[in-house]
Amino acid sequence: MSETLKETVGEVCRSVEFDRSRMIDVVREVQKRYGNVSGEAMELIARELKTHRVEVESVVSFYAFLSEMRQGKVVIRLCNDVIDRMHGADRVLAAFEEELGIRVGETTPDGEITLTTTACIGMSDQAPAALINDVVVNHLSSDLAREIVWELKQHGNPALLVKNLGDGNNASELVSAMVKNNIRHRGAVILSRAATGQGLETALAMTPAEVIRNVKTARLRGRGGAGFPTGMKWEFTRAGSAAERVIVCNADEGEPGTFKDRVILTECPDLMFEGMTIGAYAIGASLGIVYLRAEYAYLKRFLESVLDRRRSEGVLGRGICGLEGFDFDIRIQMGAGAYICGEETALLSSCEGVRGDPKNRPPFPAQKGYLGLPTSVNNVETLCCVARIMEHGPGWFTALGSEQSAGTKLLSISGDCKRSGVYELPLGIPLRELLKLAGAEDAQAIQVGGPSGQMVGPDAFDRTICYDDLSTGGSIMVFGPKRKILEVVDAFLEFFVEESCGYCTPCRVGNVLLKKAVAKLISGKGSQKDLAYLQSLAETVKKTSRCGLGQTSPNPVLSTLENFRSVYEEVLVAGEAGLQHDFELSRAVSQAARIAGRTSAHLHP
Amino acid sequence: MNKTVIFLLDGEVIEGSPGKTILEAAEDAGKYIPRLCAYKGLAPHGSCRVCTVLVNGRPQASCIQPIADGIVVESESAEVRELRRGVIEMLFVEGNHFCMCCEKSGNCELQALAYRFGITAPRYPYLFPKREVDATHPYILLDRNRCIQCGRCVRASRDVDGKNVFQFGGRGAGKRIAVNAAGGLGKTDAAVIDQAIEVCPVGAILRKRVGFRVPVGKRKFDHQPIGSDIEGKAGPTAV
Repeated sequence: MSETLKETVGEVCRSVEFDRSRMIDVVREVQKRYGNVSGEAMELIARELKTHRVEVESVVSFYAFLSEMRQGKVVIRLCNDVIDRMHGADRVLAAFEEELGIRVGETTPDGEITLTTTACIGMSDQAPAALINDVVVNHLSSDLAREIVWELKQHGNPALLVKNLGDGNNASELVSAMVKNNIRHRGAVILSRAATGQGLETALAMTPAEVIRNVKTARLRGRGGAGFPTGMKWEFTRAGSAAERVIVCNADEGEPGTFKDRVILTECPDLMFEGMTIGAYAIGASLGIVYLRAEYAYLKRFLESVLDRRRSEGVLGRGICGLEGFDFDIRIQMGAGAYICGEETALLSSCEGVRGDPKNRPPFPAQKGYLGLPTSVNNVETLCCVARIMEHGPGWFTALGSEQSAGTKLLSISGDCKRSGVYELPLGIPLRELLKLAGAEDAQAIQVGGPSGQMVGPDAFDRTICYDDLSTGGSIMVFGPKRKILEVVDAFLEFFVEESCGYCTPCRVGNVLLKKAVAKLISGKGSQKDLAYLQSLAETVKKTSRCGLGQTSPNPVLSTLENFRSVYEEVLVAGEAGLQHDFELSRAVSQAARIAGRTSAHLHP
Repeated sequence: MNKTVIFLLDGEVIEGSPGKTILEAAEDAGKYIPRLCAYKGLAPHGSCRVCTVLVNGRPQASCIQPIADGIVVESESAEVRELRRGVIEMLFVEGNHFCMCCEKSGNCELQALAYRFGITAPRYPYLFPKREVDATHPYILLDRNRCIQCGRCVRASRDVDGKNVFQFGGRGAGKRIAVNAAGGLGKTDAAVIDQAIEVCPVGAILRKRVGFRVPVGKRKFDHQPIGSDIEGKAGPTAV
């Protein structure tokens, strides 16, 4: 056993040329082959990559898809996102547990199947969904869950669970997934036509500075959520005299409720790679990395085939489009299950083979990014926009969208609506219009921008989706009249507690405290002063956190305190000042009673 | 190129040399900005957030933020003090800190900050986490109950001692200090004279058999609040 492990680790490390910065690839592969990265494997990996055991442990213990404890040959990861729960994920989980005879987090005694839950896997439009190893199973019901377990017990091969292939490239041999695209509206920029390659040709006829100027003229802003002007980012990255630069495509869409990049990756990868190549030309990069979230591993083979084809077509590799000296290639870096890695500096840490901790800024990635090289990190959709801007010109792009926000935006709509899916619409569209398209006119609340965004009610339905009003990286969650707002808030906080990297105090501790405070209110034991406490705690976390995660994780609390104050006031208990409503005598003394070996009739109701 | 950078700190004009962080420049000028993860001689970490200041109205960790001409820094305002106080209280409820029986008492920076801020009890509920104690080393005790995840030991071991004894493991609320051996600290090459052992601000990494050797009254913070050493020396660059 030990000998084979040693050989395997040696072989895996050799495949990345013993490059320590490729640690994620190494531990992912070991995890895949053995079902864990054991302490012994950590020692071996450390020796091969010339690092320390504790460095390997720190990586393995950080990512959700890696573990030191052995997992089953098959790992079922049921999505427990709020949208999936609204569609019955809890019942599906119960069915899995019952049929497997284990609880969530456990492995069957024969070591075959592990059952666990995971944050949003980008399938909110076909919820409930789960990943079974890399295979996506969607539209789950408790019956289907039982059937899946029965089948897995027969053959143990998740690939055989794929019955009805999805539409478009989902049905292609290299993807072979049941995933549906659910494209509901094709806008002018991305989804209406296939990539032509014209954008790249036009760009290469210009100087890099001209390309950047065009992107600036088009007023393109980052589509991932933060909305930073792309042209400016490229200009900063190009500045300075570095010999090498890097362009990274952020394909780690982890914001619950967003799945639009999944559709781009499936249907428009050429457009994305074209935009990336244009970006590389503009900033002077020779290396490109697509950071693909672990949840989308089922798309990896397909994306690699597209890259291969592009190399053979001469639009990637050496002397692109015959332009001597323009050498640029792209590799795909897999993630390993961490929402925080969608944050650009955490993503770079992950690409470098360490824990996905965000980095201190300054220096910014444009100055010192991937392995210290000037780096531009751009969203999948942003890069697609770049290709079209170069193809049709900046004027064409600014004519779409609103005065302030140019172009279209891909929106992922899910929850209580008739037509969940992907909508490509001009920026500046009123929320009301969007809800009409999706069949969600009776919505009680809309979460714009995912848990890190804001929750708004019907009085805000005339507001518009754009950078200056309701900004979103793409997630739009609809909550119908019967949903309990506080439970949604609680689920969002649970997500942030789970996904905080723990680097800084306010995010690591504050989110746990926020969740406790909301739980107290939900249990009906909160009073007026708890609302003031909640508000002040949320503001402390927002103001003192180190990165975007902690700076936005209090938003579910802050935006509902502002927009849905009544749902809080409804659960408050009126009472004497100073009375602690959540104090239970029996619970408070239970530990002391246990230690003393005594019980009291008065203490146990 | 060697021209000084001039900025405002709580309304006072401060001159600093280019490349310094706000925390360093303030310190040179005899102004103390509370901090826990920052430690002289170690790379800044930016994790504890106790040194938060407002730079032109925006919260920033002063230990990683470089000074720049004309910035307006707010450090001792009621708002900033309240934010810091909140963060310090979070560190108390997050771990299991029993000052009254901790041998670091009187020399503990977390405790000293609580005194400086007048914190008698945290406003947040205690989380009472279950954390592991590692007593495998003959001369060093690692008690994670008192750890505040500041990472001083990680940086000192890696950058000063050249040993990589410590690194963070886990994430979120489950983040913890991990050591470079399956069998615990005793199986690593940690030595009692390592800088990594010296720099722990709290009672998480302790030398064994020397506890309470310094009598009450002679401990580091018995007579002076934390930061007094900095506030006592008005820097030559203060204008």
